[in-house]
Amino acid sequence: MRVDVEAVITSGFIISLLASSIRAGTPLLFATLGEIVTERSGILNLGLEGIMITGAFTGFAVSFLTGNPWLGIVLAGFAGMALAFVHAFFSVTLKANQSITGLMLVLLGLGITGFFGRDYIGQVATYIDPIEIPVLSSIPVVGEIVFRHDPLVYLALLLAFVIWFLLFRTRYGLEIIASGENPEAADSLGVDVDRIRYLSTMLGGFLVGIGGAYLSLAYAKLWTEGMTAGRGWICLALVIFSGWMPQRAILGAYLFGGLDVLSFKLQAVGFGVSYHLLAMVPYVVTIIFLLFSVIRKREAFGAPASLGLPYIRGKRY
Amino acid sequence: METLLELRNIVKRFGDVIANDHVNLEVRKGEIHGLLGENGAGKTTLMNVLYGIYQPDEGEIIFEGKKVRFKSPKDAISAGIGMVHQHFMLVPRMNVLQNLVLGYRTPSDPLVDVRWVEEKVRKLSRRYGIDIALYEVVMNLSVGEEQRVEILKALFRDVKLLILDEPTAVLTPKEVETLFSALKAMTKSGLTIIFITHKLKEALSVTDRITVLRKGKNVGTVETKKTNERELARMMIGREVVMDIQKPKIEFGSEILKVQDLWVKDDRGQDAVKGVSFSIRSGEIFGVAGVSGNGQKELEEAIAGLRKPFRGKIALDGKDITNLGVAGRKDIAYIPEDRIGVGLAPSLSVMENLFMKDFKNFKKGLTLDFKSMEEEARKLIEEFSVKTPSVHAPASTLSGGNIQRLILAREFSRNPKVIIASQPTRGLDVAGIDYVRRRLIESAEKGCAVLLISEDLDEIFQLSDRIAVMYEGEIRGIIPREKADYETVGYLMAGGMEVAA
Ligand SMILES: Nc1ncnc2c1ncn2[C@@H]1O[C@H](COP(=O)(O)OP(=O)(O)OP(=O)(O)O)[C@@H](O)[C@H]1O
Ligand SMILES: [Mg+2]
Repeated sequence: MRVDVEAVITSGFIISLLASSIRAGTPLLFATLGEIVTERSGILNLGLEGIMITGAFTGFAVSFLTGNPWLGIVLAGFAGMALAFVHAFFSVTLKANQSITGLMLVLLGLGITGFFGRDYIGQVATYIDPIEIPVLSSIPVVGEIVFRHDPLVYLALLLAFVIWFLLFRTRYGLEIIASGENPEAADSLGVDVDRIRYLSTMLGGFLVGIGGAYLSLAYAKLWTEGMTAGRGWICLALVIFSGWMPQRAILGAYLFGGLDVLSFKLQAVGFGVSYHLLAMVPYVVTIIFLLFSVIRKREAFGAPASLGLPYIRGKRY
Repeated sequence: METLLELRNIVKRFGDVIANDHVNLEVRKGEIHGLLGENGAGKTTLMNVLYGIYQPDEGEIIFEGKKVRFKSPKDAISAGIGMVHQHFMLVPRMNVLQNLVLGYRTPSDPLVDVRWVEEKVRKLSRRYGIDIALYEVVMNLSVGEEQRVEILKALFRDVKLLILDEPTAVLTPKEVETLFSALKAMTKSGLTIIFITHKLKEALSVTDRITVLRKGKNVGTVETKKTNERELARMMIGREVVMDIQKPKIEFGSEILKVQDLWVKDDRGQDAVKGVSFSIRSGEIFGVAGVSGNGQKELEEAIAGLRKPFRGKIALDGKDITNLGVAGRKDIAYIPEDRIGVGLAPSLSVMENLFMKDFKNFKKGLTLDFKSMEEEARKLIEEFSVKTPSVHAPASTLSGGNIQRLILAREFSRNPKVIIASQPTRGLDVAGIDYVRRRLIESAEKGCAVLLISEDLDEIFQLSDRIAVMYEGEIRGIIPREKADYETVGYLMAGGMEVAA
């Protein structure tokens, strides 16, 4: 278990670790942002794993069939939105138990993509490639870490700020947050809580779908069954980690992306810690954060007060 | 004066309960129309029908001469109706401004035009004398401030008709005064107000006309000038009520509850109770007067075992109970101020709420004896006249006053040695108030030590043997009832220093 310190530094280990953390964090960021929007409106969608894998498959298949990876990204978003719509229908219209519908989506997504995806395993589609941003990418170190990614990396970053703006600076944002905190209050001011929850869930599903497609079309550049490998669950944890704040999701996503990459890289340079042990780290971090969020419940970073609760007008409490 | 609103034959049923039974109501433009009725008379329901929260089973609504149907509050708002609900509808984690503009389109929609909102609120504040810090998070507001936000929410939408559902129940006397002058200013600028209350005095002082509901029916509308407390009380209850209680002379026994140099922190970690000491003997009613928010809540919670003091001692019957939890304080009954949050489990049934502290008494092998539990529950409901469709109905469906009776039924039936009663008659109707006060006296007669915490000075003076005034976490003087007068107590409540008693 001897680490060659010199080799680690000279091989640009740190630089490449940071650069790939950003790439590995990007699908997490898309999905986390999506779930933040959904949960802010009061809907708990536990089906991220299923929506992500559906997005990954849809994106890959579309790109394979049409040769256009961007079309794949967009249609993956719509596939995610379709699944989210199912979730919204059960949770908002039928007032069903949200956890159960969400879990059902996981099984549905994994099942369908497993079935239809068999023919695509080992195929090669058109992928989304990194670009080098002129001038900036030639800055030493920083250029390599930050400015040589594919456009979706930057889009995800931009999106974090767009969603922050949507939530905290627009009327829609207030309506979303109020629907998640106290739907009765929102309703009493004429906010159509059901509509807000539908739209937020569907927008959320769209982003989660894109996160999935990023995995197959830009990060891993292949399709395999079950390739999301638990990232959906990680994103649920990331939502808590980020305190339902889009801007904090950036840090969380890159950090967790980094942990993911780290386990591979460390093995490559002969650091013999079990992969499984490292894979546990994100969950442990999440549990610690969960504890904090419970302790600091009444403060700004808690879960939306009505998260997961159906709203029925006129039903007392 | 022309008619602004007419409700015709409104019927609203909840299962077997008829909350509104062919109610007619006519409200004139520019008036303050009082709506009076006992707990459960159907006042809130009627207003919820008008505001689009409930759909009436029968009847029609005519607003500004046109027949309207409000499918949701949205329709009511756009017609020009605003409502301040009995239980406030605010988003605690958002600030005041965000609560105000929620769902409202400012000129720069969909962006929120903060400057425009500020300007509009400033104008409203000036016009009606309602002040509020726009950027304070609602979580940190006092109840009085919360209510101001609620009223501003309606005014902000330029309503023509404002419904206030028991707005004074949670206010201090001073806040009530402020509210009333704001209401007067509103009617002057053309607003119409429906004002729901239990307090006859208030109804008489602020309204132009009064409609009384009883058991879901309209028993009549009267001109305020031509009526009086007696008549209104008779209309509400359906019979004459005697409104003064004579407290018998009770012999005090041994010292039951002793509190020594108690220090307690509030939720924010500030010292809320600062070195309070007193003791209560068996048969004695010890009244704590004071504007709420001066540490009463923390004091009562510390004695009830819901909050740990960080210094001092609480003894029950000579035994130190400072570090025991609620379960270790079986002999203390607690009627909390926050009835729904602390006092009840709203989604559980009436029966479960009655016995949630005593399920053990109904053990039958490994299960519970539900039959005798039900029987016992029926008896209690009868005895304490809790109005509920059945013992299995969720507690949340009871009206405000009946929720209080339910808590009383549970706490009083457990034969406590100490009763902590916090604002026990807040939100109750005349009959309810009378009932609760008699019960408290009865308990004292049976040998209970009663700690009565109330903002209502009439109540304090009527019941207490000794009166303590709490101000900023300290007790400013403990005065025997015979030597106390309103002036001295009021002076201490407002922060005056202790006087030799
Ligand atoms: N959502 C509901 N479900 C079932 N019953 C209800 C519901 N809302 C009200 N009720 C019943 O309707 C009746 C009238 O209740 P309402 O709340 O209108 O009374 P109120 O006059 O406002 O009383 P209070 O002064 O105590 O607030 C009560 O018997 C109550 O239990
Ligand atoms: Mg009511």
